[in-house]
Amino acid sequence: MGLLNKLDDPYYGGGIILGKVEDILNWGRSKSDWYLQFGLACCAIEFMAVNASHFDFMRFGCIPRTSPRQADFIIISGTVTFKMAERIKVLYEQMAEPKYVISMGSCSNCGGPYWEHGYHVLKGVDRIIPVDVYIPGCPPRPEALEEGMIRLQEKINKQAIFNKRKRLAEEEKQELIIDN
Amino acid sequence: MGETKKVEFEYSQIDSERMRLNVGPQHPSTHGVLRLEVELDGEIVTEVIPHIGYLHRCFEKHCEKMTYPQVIPYIDRMDYICAMNNEWPYVMGIEKLMGIEVPEKVEYIRVIFAELNRIANHQIAIATFGLDAGAFTPFLYLFRDREFILSIFEKASGGRLLYNYYWVGGLAADVHKEFKEDVLSIVKQVRETNKEIADLLLYNKIFIERVANVGILPADVAISYGCSGPVARGSGLAFDLRKDAPYSIYDRFDFDVVTGHGEVGTVGDCFDRNIVRFHEMEQSCRIIEQAIEQMPMDGDVREKLPKKIRPPKGEIYTKAENPKGELGFYIVSNGTDKPERIKSRGTSFVNLSVLPEISKGYLFADLIMILGSVDIVLGEVDR
Amino acid sequence: MQAQEIYEKLKAEFGDAIIEFNAEPFFDPFVLVTTDKLFDICLYLRDTQGLEFDYLSCLGGMDYKENLGVVYHLYSIKLKHTFVIKVTVSKENPFVPTVERIWRTADWHEREAYDMMGIQFEGHHNLIRILCPYDWENFPLRKDYVQPDEYHGMKVPY
Ligand code: SF4
Repeated sequence: MGLLNKLDDPYYGGGIILGKVEDILNWGRSKSDWYLQFGLACCAIEFMAVNASHFDFMRFGCIPRTSPRQADFIIISGTVTFKMAERIKVLYEQMAEPKYVISMGSCSNCGGPYWEHGYHVLKGVDRIIPVDVYIPGCPPRPEALEEGMIRLQEKINKQAIFNKRKRLAEEEKQELIIDN
Repeated sequence: MGETKKVEFEYSQIDSERMRLNVGPQHPSTHGVLRLEVELDGEIVTEVIPHIGYLHRCFEKHCEKMTYPQVIPYIDRMDYICAMNNEWPYVMGIEKLMGIEVPEKVEYIRVIFAELNRIANHQIAIATFGLDAGAFTPFLYLFRDREFILSIFEKASGGRLLYNYYWVGGLAADVHKEFKEDVLSIVKQVRETNKEIADLLLYNKIFIERVANVGILPADVAISYGCSGPVARGSGLAFDLRKDAPYSIYDRFDFDVVTGHGEVGTVGDCFDRNIVRFHEMEQSCRIIEQAIEQMPMDGDVREKLPKKIRPPKGEIYTKAENPKGELGFYIVSNGTDKPERIKSRGTSFVNLSVLPEISKGYLFADLIMILGSVDIVLGEVDR
Repeated sequence: MQAQEIYEKLKAEFGDAIIEFNAEPFFDPFVLVTTDKLFDICLYLRDTQGLEFDYLSCLGGMDYKENLGVVYHLYSIKLKHTFVIKVTVSKENPFVPTVERIWRTADWHEREAYDMMGIQFEGHHNLIRILCPYDWENFPLRKDYVQPDEYHGMKVPY
């Protein structure tokens, strides 16, 4: 959204920005997302690689937290089995609002290579928790995960904070009018 | 005044309240989705019950439904850290059943890639072991080096992690032109980093205090539990399938089987298991150098690929030395293009079963170190 | 030691308990034994000088359509030779004696065979499911297995 660009702009000068409080809050929120340190399968190894020196995930402001209570988002990195699905649900419920989910890899998107004969594999994590960003690939390249992170930041930037219900209701009304 | 009664007791007889603690399946130090049910007496571990199966992906069921070449990607996903090594015993078994002789060049490339992947696996093992002990810097160094190895794999196979590269009768693609130079530069880099890691982590006094004399696994227990790989070798057992049952062309190379000998503590402790991994990286470097020297650069890696993979009716148990130990496949063929049954002997599955035995009587914090030193991959435990 | 010699040794010791010796091409040579003598045979293989199979490489349950079976792959670390034993049991009465007390690694392998195939190992100290959830129904690796429709409210098929 380019808050910093505005500061550089001579016409805005003096380091003063005029903007909505919501935008500033969202800017802060999107640039310091903490994720739950949680890996499931092969994709988790790529996830580890993203955390390490070559790809440096921390430059997105992402810091691993070991407790779901402190995490802003969770990356489902790998195959979700039925034995694990219930635990993932619990983990998700333990996270504080607002919370986001990135589904990394074909397995957690739709069952991946195990979609047909995998009697013990949940075909898509979105059957138990809502997902914000899907990253395709088996495994997705680290760059793809970073792109997914950027997409999540974009999503957070667009979110409404104040008068959310009222605004949503208004939007719905508008939509109804348009539909009719 | 009445007599005072003297009460005698021994310290060990005081029974404090037992506590049951649940570790995992989401826990930063369980290396995946493993759940441990731990019974504690104070801070002493009295019992560990591993609960596995949180990543059970029905590998053996898939094998029965897929054709032989289609099984290879699933094998990659068993032990996803060293996928190259995983594919090898499987394709070797089918080649044996079908009587295919693979070309020289293929054998050399297979050896080189398997050893490179062994290095990559040990790098992860040592890095995460350090992470468990609270050392973050070695993790960054080792993962940096791992990326170089992965880039070579990527040039050859197109995949960073899961390759589908060893095919029955050959390889999926040839290596690039500057292959030899690239590999040698990686070997040089690995050696350099290893020196640093030895100073930074392995022979660090704090680290030694933490891991020496912890989690001792005697050799006879290791055999009885079926341990293999660095876990068995750490107990002083010179058990390495590359030497004991030489497959492929391993008999052409000169290398040592590294065993633990209680350098800073007792034979078979966590330190020994780890130092075995560390020295094995050097041995792998030696194998790679010899292989690069002997390897012919001309020849077609795909010339022996069979048109139809349909092994005759039969059964075979093939095994190879994975970075983690003996990986075996029991392949039953019924003469069609789909296997009747494939039973895999997951290395980590067997190695993990020794955990309850070796972690009894240590502190709870040591349990984390012991688990790290066994080096498991949950994909292979649960399959 | 070659499989043939091991077989002769076993035959001399156990007689009728050894049903069959198979050394056809494309097969790892194996012997088929009866279940009631299985424990003794395994103990003999482990403890006899010259055999010393101290390492159980692999233990797998099998489904041969009409009946079930268990395959034991043995290895000797000292003498570096291998051997294969098989037993078969009927589907209605799948009882096999445990070898957990001979090789401790058999503990988890047998639990897995029970979990996947439904083979009951008599005398096993803790024969419960290991990979599937504890309340899973049926044995997935049997050839006639059909996927359930639902598990704890989650849909199983794609
Ligand atoms: S998407 Fe592919 S790489 Fe990722 S967990 Fe699934 S099988 Fe493994």
